[in-house]
Amino acid sequence: MIRFTDVSLTFDGRYVLKNLSFEVPSGATQVILGGSGCGKTTILRLILGLLHPESGSILIDGQEIVGLTERQMVPIRAKMAMVFQGSALFDSLTVRENVGYRLYEEQALSDDIIERLIVLSLCFVGLEDTLEKMPAELSGGMKKRVAIARALVCNPEMILYDEPTAGLDPINTHLINELIRRNQNEQRLTQVVVTHDLETAYRVADRLIMLHRGEKIFDGSSDMLQASDDPRIRTFLRPHEVLATAGCFPDKDGGIRVVAPTMDEESPA
Amino acid sequence: MDTAAARIEDTVKGYVETVQEFAQLCGTAMTAVFRPPWYVRETVYYMDQIGVGSLFIVILTGIFTGMVLTLQGAIQLEPYGAVPYVSRLISTSVVRELGPVLAALMIAGRVGSGIASELASMQVTEQIDALRAEGTDPIKKLITTRLLACLIMVPVLTIITDGIAMFGGYLIARFSLSIDTFFYWTWAFEALRPMDFVYGLLKPLVFGFIVCMVGCYAGLATSGGTVGVGHSTTQAMVTSSILILMSDFFLTKLFIFIGF
Repeated sequence: MIRFTDVSLTFDGRYVLKNLSFEVPSGATQVILGGSGCGKTTILRLILGLLHPESGSILIDGQEIVGLTERQMVPIRAKMAMVFQGSALFDSLTVRENVGYRLYEEQALSDDIIERLIVLSLCFVGLEDTLEKMPAELSGGMKKRVAIARALVCNPEMILYDEPTAGLDPINTHLINELIRRNQNEQRLTQVVVTHDLETAYRVADRLIMLHRGEKIFDGSSDMLQASDDPRIRTFLRPHEVLATAGCFPDKDGGIRVVAPTMDEESPA
Repeated sequence: MDTAAARIEDTVKGYVETVQEFAQLCGTAMTAVFRPPWYVRETVYYMDQIGVGSLFIVILTGIFTGMVLTLQGAIQLEPYGAVPYVSRLISTSVVRELGPVLAALMIAGRVGSGIASELASMQVTEQIDALRAEGTDPIKKLITTRLLACLIMVPVLTIITDGIAMFGGYLIARFSLSIDTFFYWTWAFEALRPMDFVYGLLKPLVFGFIVCMVGCYAGLATSGGTVGVGHSTTQAMVTSSILILMSDFFLTKLFIFIGF
């Protein structure tokens, strides 16, 4: 279970997250939606303890992680795995070494068992024939799937996904979505998926929250999100409709900006 | 006026913050030497990369430095009829100053910038965060291993540079200045005191530390994508070269002060 209570964080005096509260129950898949730069990835970094908030509380399975040192975070991170936006595979290691990285580091299992777990994990994502390849030899979609295999190999209780389908073609997007669904249905993992891809959000979410300028503007189901009257949510979900309204464009913060002059302003000189 | 003052204040704060972060990184990397895991395989790998990998450039540096020093030295000593004693000049200047400094500058160019660019690439592609997420201490895994490798291999490379430079000097002395082999080597070692060797090996330890830690700090502090990687690499090279030359001066002053 993950619980944020009134979490705030600023960078250079600007709020990245403002009084954010939400809860992800065990076994649930929580999607965090929002435009670029609204603080979505920051939430994942806070959960992993890579960043610390200026105020508020973050509980992981009932344990407060705010203020913990790197060493105190180690047992908490052992419960989690993260799929980074750019996959973050280690360039100098093969796919085998990348997937088995944590197991090799822990040295708690024999090489034979580690090898079996690596193959099993790669079979799950359909890439068992890439063991000896280097990350540079893989496509973007394959890298994401290897990153998911790396996340799964240690049997974590929670997986965090940062834009798992960003920049992928529809087939790879579908594959990744299905893998997230399988983790949800077969392994009942607690998952947090940060995305701005609506197809992924609707496909994998048990619940969604939406952020706007670091603040939560929605918390609920996919159906509730689609039925929302909030103009910021409508702009995000259906930008084409907003554009169709003469002179209105979504601004960089997800709001609506009127740029076309009105008839009155067009009066001849 | 206020804006200018604020800008100066920000700049000074920025420098102080950089020094503070650098000192903190050095402290963490050094204390990590004494706690497990030890990463022996990685340390040996970096020793090979830094040591064997830099052998060619330090050999070239050493041989040409020794040869040119002999040629120049002979010109200066000729009016006094002291050309046969040129090996005294070569051995003392190489062991005390030129060997450590030139080897360190070459290693800074090859190894320091390599460390900076590698860590910078890992930083901008989130691989450092991935290491932390996987439960690995990136400072211990990436920096302490490289620091140990540098502290071991830079003195070794300096000894090789010293030896090769003296051999380069011998080639010119023997074949260009017709100085007897026995005479050259006898006076070369006669001029050196035991403390010169200690002195010539303490400096490379400090230089190795500078090359590694400046490269690591520049790499880890990288932001701004591929442009940032290039900037960090250049910064590591320039900063470590300047720090090597500055620390050489202060170390020499210190050694003279304590009577070496």
